[in-house]
Amino acid sequence: MTTSGSPISAADVAKVARLARLDIDNAHIEHFTEQLGKVMAHFADIDALNLDGVTPMTQPYPLVNVMRDDVEMPTLDTDEVLAAAPAAEERRFRVPPIIGIEG
Amino acid sequence: MSSIPTTASEIAAAIAAKEITAREVIDAHLARINARESDIHAFNKVMADEARAHADAIDADIAAGRPVGPLAGVPIALKDNMCTRGVETTCSSKILEGWKPPYDATVVTKLREAGAIVVGKTNLDEFAMGSSTENSAFGPTRNPLDIERVPGGSSGGSAAAVAAGFAPVSLGSDTGGSIRQPAAMCGVVGVKPTYGRVSRYGLVAYASSLDQIGPFATTVADAALITEAIAGHDVHDSTSIPQDVPSFVEAAGQGVKGMRIGRVTDLPEGAEPEVTARLNAAFAALEAAGAEIVDVQLPSLSYALTAYYLIAPAEASSNLARFDGVRFGLRVNAPDTNAMYGATRAAGFGDEVQRRIMLGTYALSAGYYDAYYGKALKVRRLIADDFNRAYEKVDVILTPTSPVVAFKFGEKVDDPMSMYLCDIYTIPTNLAGHPGMSVPFGTGAHGLPVGIQVLAPALGEVPMFRVGGALEAAAGGAQ
Repeated sequence: MTTSGSPISAADVAKVARLARLDIDNAHIEHFTEQLGKVMAHFADIDALNLDGVTPMTQPYPLVNVMRDDVEMPTLDTDEVLAAAPAAEERRFRVPPIIGIEG
Repeated sequence: MSSIPTTASEIAAAIAAKEITAREVIDAHLARINARESDIHAFNKVMADEARAHADAIDADIAAGRPVGPLAGVPIALKDNMCTRGVETTCSSKILEGWKPPYDATVVTKLREAGAIVVGKTNLDEFAMGSSTENSAFGPTRNPLDIERVPGGSSGGSAAAVAAGFAPVSLGSDTGGSIRQPAAMCGVVGVKPTYGRVSRYGLVAYASSLDQIGPFATTVADAALITEAIAGHDVHDSTSIPQDVPSFVEAAGQGVKGMRIGRVTDLPEGAEPEVTARLNAAFAALEAAGAEIVDVQLPSLSYALTAYYLIAPAEASSNLARFDGVRFGLRVNAPDTNAMYGATRAAGFGDEVQRRIMLGTYALSAGYYDAYYGKALKVRRLIADDFNRAYEKVDVILTPTSPVVAFKFGEKVDDPMSMYLCDIYTIPTNLAGHPGMSVPFGTGAHGLPVGIQVLAPALGEVPMFRVGGALEAAAGGAQ
């Protein structure tokens, strides 16, 4: 992954930050790279385990297909929900343009 | 005004017997908050007016002979990641500052129906990510026993509120130890019930397959009382378990005669010598009380930290995607939505939250999923299997809660790995989904409290509370 022996590079961190929608400046990227490198180095301990044939555990208490009757139930109050939004208009959340604006 | 009892059960009994009023109880606790909160910072918000009004309503009901709930007039503090309709719920994050939820969490509804009075919302590590409460965007909480030291975390405010006498009981949430570890560091009782025992509806999610709500209290019986009040199936949480809730309060007084207590012979090292000494004293006390000590092995336990710090951040990276500046909380304006997301999230989340989101995003990203997240889920299975094998031989397992006593501010906050190691004994139970509690059991280095952790199998709260009650009785006798 990297040439320095660290399990994660600054370029990896910058890419991950972009994927996670975090606008992080370069100074912070460097700082996070060092810290995350230390944490990820610790993760190598599980490489010693033989995990062949082990079933992944995705939830602690297996409950399947939790259904309810298809009947009307009270929902959140629209005005109360919209009142907590940064911007609302015509009973909808208002956002900036989806397509980027040039310049 | 007669003197105010210290425990929730005594307060409820005294109010029901008209020996004191709910208003007197609330005023006494608000006076304590006024006197010491500026030093402790347990709360993000003290709900003084709401609490007084609620107390007056309960007193009016009692005066008129109308029925009141079993916790009528008991003050309770709530970790500020539980939704309270119309009252700010911040998760100690700038990204949710000022947000007023449009609904109550199920635990809040249940507590109010039982007559408990919410006195405030307590401070936490931002989005419950941390072990010291230093990651709060609104400043750290101080340990009431030594204000130079952390109260533990992430539910540090809830632990401190009970330790300082601001409320007899409080609620926290525990994803990797966030109730038990601060309970140990503040010298109070803390309980993480079985995953699914308590509804998570209205708990702002950190890691959904690990999060569980539970109480802090000064006594095991009070912790049992509050666990009973909040437990049970909830149609709003599809992971809540459809099982009846037995009497935990009764269990707390039943003693341990004939019980088998597990001692882990391959427990990961790292505990301070004074902490290990208290653990040995706990085994001796339980043996003296009639229990049998049985050696067990949990060979995968030392891999729990890695599994946890892959699984929890992976789930967090997904859960926290909802904080995007659209529906609630902070928005940093930008020319298009993508730029708005990035700017809002960078400005709104603190360093630790950003670290965990990035860790989780990385662990889930194409090319690394199998190497990290996929492997972690298999390790999780090995850990759960280890516990389940051990519980064929024993009723509960005893370990330290935290390897260290409360540490000083700044010691670990910029070294994530050393902070993460604080949770080495609490994390495995979250991965397995089992219950665990911390009971104060004497003191360690610097005269600071040491907590002993009682672990039990899924839905094993009854044996857990039995042992917790016996430890409490023995600790009282020993000190």
